Amino acid sequence: MRAPVYGLMAEFENPTTLAAAARQVREKGYRRVEAYSPFAIEEVNEALGLHHNRLPFIVLCGGILGGLTGYLMQYYIAVIDFPINVGGRPLHSWPSFIIITFELTILFSALATVLGLLGLCGLPTPYHPVFNVPRFAQASRDRFFLCIEARDPLFDRHDTAVFLTSLHPREVTEVAH
Amino acid sequence: MGEDQRNQVSVQPGRPTLIAPGHTFASVTDKISSIVLTRRTPLFWFVPFLIASALVMVFLAAVAYLFIRGVGIWGIKVPVMWGWAITNFVWWIGIGHAGTLISAILLLLRQSWRNSINRFAEAMTLFAVACAGMFPLLHLGRPWLFYWLFPYPNSMGVQPQFRSPLVWDVFAVSTYATVSALFWFIGLIPDLATLRDRARNRWARATYGILAMGWRGAASHWQKYETASLLLAGLATPLVLSVHTVVSFDFTVAIVPGWHSTIFPPYFVAGAIYSGFAMVLVLAIPLRAMYGLEDLITMRHLDNMAKVMLATGEIVAYSYLFEAFISWYSGNRFEIFSMWNRMTGPYAPTYWLLIFCNLVFPQLLWWKKIRTNIVWLFVMSLDILLGMWLERYVIIVVSLSRDFVPSSWGYYWPTIWDVATYVGTIGLFFFLFFLFIRSMPMISIFEVRTLLPQAEVTEGVEK
Repeated sequence: MRAPVYGLMAEFENPTTLAAAARQVREKGYRRVEAYSPFAIEEVNEALGLHHNRLPFIVLCGGILGGLTGYLMQYYIAVIDFPINVGGRPLHSWPSFIIITFELTILFSALATVLGLLGLCGLPTPYHPVFNVPRFAQASRDRFFLCIEARDPLFDRHDTAVFLTSLHPREVTEVAH
Repeated sequence: MGEDQRNQVSVQPGRPTLIAPGHTFASVTDKISSIVLTRRTPLFWFVPFLIASALVMVFLAAVAYLFIRGVGIWGIKVPVMWGWAITNFVWWIGIGHAGTLISAILLLLRQSWRNSINRFAEAMTLFAVACAGMFPLLHLGRPWLFYWLFPYPNSMGVQPQFRSPLVWDVFAVSTYATVSALFWFIGLIPDLATLRDRARNRWARATYGILAMGWRGAASHWQKYETASLLLAGLATPLVLSVHTVVSFDFTVAIVPGWHSTIFPPYFVAGAIYSGFAMVLVLAIPLRAMYGLEDLITMRHLDNMAKVMLATGEIVAYSYLFEAFISWYSGNRFEIFSMWNRMTGPYAPTYWLLIFCNLVFPQLLWWKKIRTNIVWLFVMSLDILLGMWLERYVIIVVSLSRDFVPSSWGYYWPTIWDVATYVGTIGLFFFLFFLFIRSMPMISIFEVRTLLPQAEVTEGVEK
């Protein structure tokens, strides 16, 4: 069954209160929690238990793929597809293939980083409920928000609102779907 | 990024802060975004923009004539077939290097002062690479067949020669352009979200909204975003060093006296950063005055950039001296002649002007009074840009004009079309740059926020 609201959003004035609130919300047992801030705050990530992500692995795969592509492409073209005999020198002249192998490693890794970032973050997101909160536009300016989502097992429209209010936010708002 | 960087502001009370005191998250956001979101375009934007547009017209005329008549309209003739085109290519691509150095290498080194200059320096990189890319393409003779440079299955039955540095260059420069653009765009996303949320104009809101792709500053996104920034910085760092190394291979792999030298790769990279920082200063000094950004791009930023210029300038000076010493010490008569020809031959004035611009005059940067005087810094930057252009001119034209056999010597002189194409790309560069500062935040808003003392989490919340 679909919850009547997306979640409850509390607004804070500064990063310190946001980090403290995030920690208390986690301690209370909530897990479907997201913080919104105008810049990255390491303490908030720690409070929400965000430690690792899969991006480095994706980038590693991209890099390996790029390196193999670069080298094998040159090998195929220089040795098999279009061999040129230059005074009897070896066709598989690997030292001269290093540069393009390196460049394609970097290119594929960078593309993997960007696509991986967008993929892991689910961007582009044409619609997201948090934007229904009128003051949420301030999240990209100078305000800090904490949202407990309705799909959290501990979520209760009333009790969670009371709990969030006890964290001294500026205000607590319901987030419509 | 993060904790250490932010702490720097408060931990060192003796040093001037990076951002003038009194700013809040809201004030830096409003200040930087209002430059873009204002309805009125200021007059001081229009005047340089119109001049740049006129130069773009000159560029288009020069290119159109080139398409009609071919590269013969330039001064290139045997034995100097590279001339201004390749000089300009190396000059422009070198300028781009400072942007990547600021955005990538200084990020990895946790130099938080970079936060207020990295955005427009990266934009400068993109536009400089765009201008650079023009020259080898136009120099091809048949620019419309440029895609033959890439390997692809074709009915002609031929493929690129991967043992040639010129093919390496194609891959290095196109990778560099792509990665710079990606890095720049990823860095823009949070600020595009800010503009989306602050724009009142419906079209502006929709445009920035589409570009921001629904960024909402979620902690789980920020965490991946920081990882991505570090990874891209880590990838761009070896890339930027490799690009000018590969450009220098265009010369060193050939056996032309004056080119065939192992010192070229580090010397080219240092020279690239040298001229790049000069261009950053040429852009930053008027911009901060025009838009009143002195509290975000402070004297400390200019001083730091001048120090980087001084340091790379010394590497370049060392390379010049060693280049001369090695050509004498090699005992190779062609090498010795090549250097002697630079100093006393028909192009001697360009060599000595280059030595003055790059080696003598910049020594004034040792004095803090010069480094913190914006007029001196501006003049110094223009001097270095000129000096670095002359360096490439001397390397290319002087070396090619007199190589091994005197009967094949020649003399090169540019034509009006060389000048028009070069000045045209300068116009293109500023044209793109002024469009950028009108439509995108020229200072990274979210990174400047992290420099404010308020950005620090003050109470212990670690565990």
